[in-house]
Amino acid sequence: MRVHLPNSAFLGNIDPFLRSFEGSEPDILEVSANKSWISVHPIVLSFVAALGRNVGPSNIRCEDFEARSGHYLERMGLFRVLGIDLGMRIIEHESAGRFVPLTIIRTNDELTDLITEIIPLLHLEKDQAGPIKYTISELVRNVLEHSGSPLGAVVSAQYYKKSNSIRIGIADTGVGIQATISRSHHAPDHLEAIRLALNPGITGETTRVGGTELNAGAGLFFIKSIAKVNRDFFVIFSGDAMYKLLKVGSSTKRVRLYADPFDDRHSTEIGLSPFTGTAVGIDISLDTTEAFTGLLDQIRRTYVKTIKERKKARYRRPRFV
Amino acid sequence: MITIELFPYVGSFAENKDRARSIRLERIVLALDEGQEVTLDFEGVESATQSFVHALISDLIRNYGPEVIDRIYFKNCSEIVKKIVSMVVEYMQESA
Repeated sequence: MRVHLPNSAFLGNIDPFLRSFEGSEPDILEVSANKSWISVHPIVLSFVAALGRNVGPSNIRCEDFEARSGHYLERMGLFRVLGIDLGMRIIEHESAGRFVPLTIIRTNDELTDLITEIIPLLHLEKDQAGPIKYTISELVRNVLEHSGSPLGAVVSAQYYKKSNSIRIGIADTGVGIQATISRSHHAPDHLEAIRLALNPGITGETTRVGGTELNAGAGLFFIKSIAKVNRDFFVIFSGDAMYKLLKVGSSTKRVRLYADPFDDRHSTEIGLSPFTGTAVGIDISLDTTEAFTGLLDQIRRTYVKTIKERKKARYRRPRFV
Repeated sequence: MITIELFPYVGSFAENKDRARSIRLERIVLALDEGQEVTLDFEGVESATQSFVHALISDLIRNYGPEVIDRIYFKNCSEIVKKIVSMVVEYMQESA
């Protein structure tokens, strides 16, 4: 596999980065980086870290990193998580920053610990923390429950002053969404699997409306809804496909939630070099964070409406002969 | 009537589904099977995920029927917790 870290790859312009990913030779990872500087979304770092942990330190080749990009990656914990030492040390004037360095989560208790640490790490106000804790909890729990990856979830997050937003990336090298969702639903390709997974009430655990005792199939719909209502990006990449929820423009006064992610303003990529696993990225603006309780009202209405429609679609019809 | 205080199990942000399942199976189901009513006291719990609340109560509605909601009281809920509990109760009844 080969990954090149460009000088800029955020959710709005992540497509070229994903297209440049080369997934052949899955036992080796070559990492190169822009020579001058790097500023990338946490999904990029989590993705690279997940790939690297899967192949192991002895199978990772890193091109020489220039000091500036190297220090950024070191500070975010990339080399530590990959188990390699490029001999870089953080120099004194590096800001402590507001970020969650790359963190491996393998158990529910580790997730609970991370959630507790998030507020001080990101310097969040109490009322800002709700959607962020919610997002990380649901996304990581998805990995722990559905990915089948013994290596767990790789999480990272960072505060960006210019946009006053928190950006979160979570990746795993598990079975991927298509394998998970196909246990109970027909998903002929990776993009259709992503589409189903984002639909409220659809889980790979069962075909039953309402889900199982532990899964309702609502987690990803919630996360996409948080992004949409706050007019932020949301990206999910699995297999050879990517779905990107595009920002709702400020001219749109009232944001409407849809059950089918293809009804949202979005873009997709298919035919990417296959990635066995799942990577999710989301931006959460702290300026426009809709009151969480208001968001829950919108989600409830859409979710319940969808359940009703889905149930009605299964009604038996009388056959008049 | 028994009262189950959730904060000692789940903290201020209720998101651990394993703990929700344990509370349901080890405390709530036992009480319901003894014919008791149950108060779930969310004092100190500021927020909860839908997954947590689903793991806590959805199977009760499925197994005992929607009437079980008349035997469970939700106490000291924040606005967020109220909305999530209401959502799970509503969609579980719709999907029954």
